[in-house]
Amino acid sequence: MQVHKSKKIVPLQSNNSPPVSELAPATREAKHRKKNCTMAITNSIAVFGRYCMFMRKVFSLPDKWRLFFKRTVAEISKLGVDSIPLVVIVSIFIGAVITIQMEINTSSPLIPAYSVGLATRDIVLLEFSNSILCLILAGKVGSNIASEIGTMRVTEQIDALEIMGVNSACFLVLPKVVAFVLFIPVLVIFCMGTAMLGGMAVAYFTDIISISKFTYGLQAMFSEWYVWYGIIKSFFFAYIIASVASFFGYHVKGGALEVGKASTNAVVTSSILILLFDVLLTKMLLQ
Amino acid sequence: MIEVKNINKTFDDKQILYDVSATFHTGMTNLIIGQSGSGKTVLMKSIVGLLRPDSGEILYDGRDVMKMDSKEIHNLRKEIGMLFQGSALFDSETVLGNVMFPLSMFTKMSQGEMRDRALFCLERVNLKGADKKYPSEISGGMQKRVAIARAIALNPKYLFCDEPNSGLDPRTSILIDELLHDITHEYNMTTIINTHDMNSVLGIGENIIFLNKGHREWVGDKETLFETDNKALNDFVFATRLFKEVKQYIISEKNGK
Repeated sequence: MQVHKSKKIVPLQSNNSPPVSELAPATREAKHRKKNCTMAITNSIAVFGRYCMFMRKVFSLPDKWRLFFKRTVAEISKLGVDSIPLVVIVSIFIGAVITIQMEINTSSPLIPAYSVGLATRDIVLLEFSNSILCLILAGKVGSNIASEIGTMRVTEQIDALEIMGVNSACFLVLPKVVAFVLFIPVLVIFCMGTAMLGGMAVAYFTDIISISKFTYGLQAMFSEWYVWYGIIKSFFFAYIIASVASFFGYHVKGGALEVGKASTNAVVTSSILILLFDVLLTKMLLQ
Repeated sequence: MIEVKNINKTFDDKQILYDVSATFHTGMTNLIIGQSGSGKTVLMKSIVGLLRPDSGEILYDGRDVMKMDSKEIHNLRKEIGMLFQGSALFDSETVLGNVMFPLSMFTKMSQGEMRDRALFCLERVNLKGADKKYPSEISGGMQKRVAIARAIALNPKYLFCDEPNSGLDPRTSILIDELLHDITHEYNMTTIINTHDMNSVLGIGENIIFLNKGHREWVGDKETLFETDNKALNDFVFATRLFKEVKQYIISEKNGK
């Protein structure tokens, strides 16, 4: 005679652990936090994977080199040349502020007066002209790229390119990345020069430091490597800004609201990555 | 000729297309009709390759898209023109720049030749004198015509139109329909039009495929449409009083003869 065994329902938890609903609130919260953390890590890996695949599409040979160069020149004008006024204004004011703050904080008979110029120069060369400038440009250029490509996505312009047989990622994104990476040294050098001019303007128009001592400070113990260090860092930051913003813009789904979200995400993500790479590059290049 | 065989498409456990098969003939305006959400756009996007079906075959004159490698698909797309629902013109380019774009990408024409060809296409869609304007400076109907001019610039073998009349007034809709019909016959193209505009269906429907909830319910033309007893199709096509009266009139005319 055949014996029918009744099928038991196997609980999801092991027999030793109680169901989640019966756990103490603190334990339950810890479990939820762990689950959320795992999900966030998984999502980040998935996004990074998609970014790599997107970049593979971007860095393929352009269909028409003539069009690629034409678009690159147009992007240099739009992303680079159009950013010069912002760079100049921000740099002059920040240069002036750094000089005033340095004078206030180093006004001691033990510290020579020219150290104001020296400290201003080093702050500008080492950090302001590249990292802080790129954080500012992540807002301007990053949001511009993400919203432009995002709008093209939601208005089916990218689909139209794909239907025509154009590699839309390469066609739209590569000129932006190349243009911004090529032009960033110009912006960095503009920033270095105008920030120091801002400091000199403070020395010239106020009596907190003489212009000769400030100028002497700017020239004292000058290390050329600091300029190269700033430019090298800026190449990485420019690549991050252009590629991350393009990635977020390209993958927009929905309408105007999502374009706005993509633009915000692009700025936030590229800013965090800039800060992260700032630490890594400083460690690698200066130590 | 384009044939689709047993196309299935699912999004996140929700099936949109169920074993859809259809034939789209060359030199004819082939219409895909159906209610909103019936799967028209998904079917069209699957045919042009913007979406990949879960299963089935898509044959362009016998060439199976599902078996093509990326290079072959790339080459096939040069034979395709598409008119999007929102026109999808490039904002940064002028009208002339938009029409010249596919020529500059895929031909070795000189600047002058490209310009002549683009102006010819614009003239063909009755858009003379608008070549220097930007898409934002012209009306919706004119944008659609620019999009048609851009789609035919490379003399495509296959033309796809996703709801070409949406957002247009009835007069302009008729003009666009007539233009698509004339171009199809003039260039002997396989034209597939997604629409739920009944004027288009009754005006240029030479081969009509009716989709209902992802299933292909009916195939016919604008003549046989009046004789069908398919309830879903009748409810869809003859939904308004006017079209019901038109149907009654045509049937009584036929019976009278």
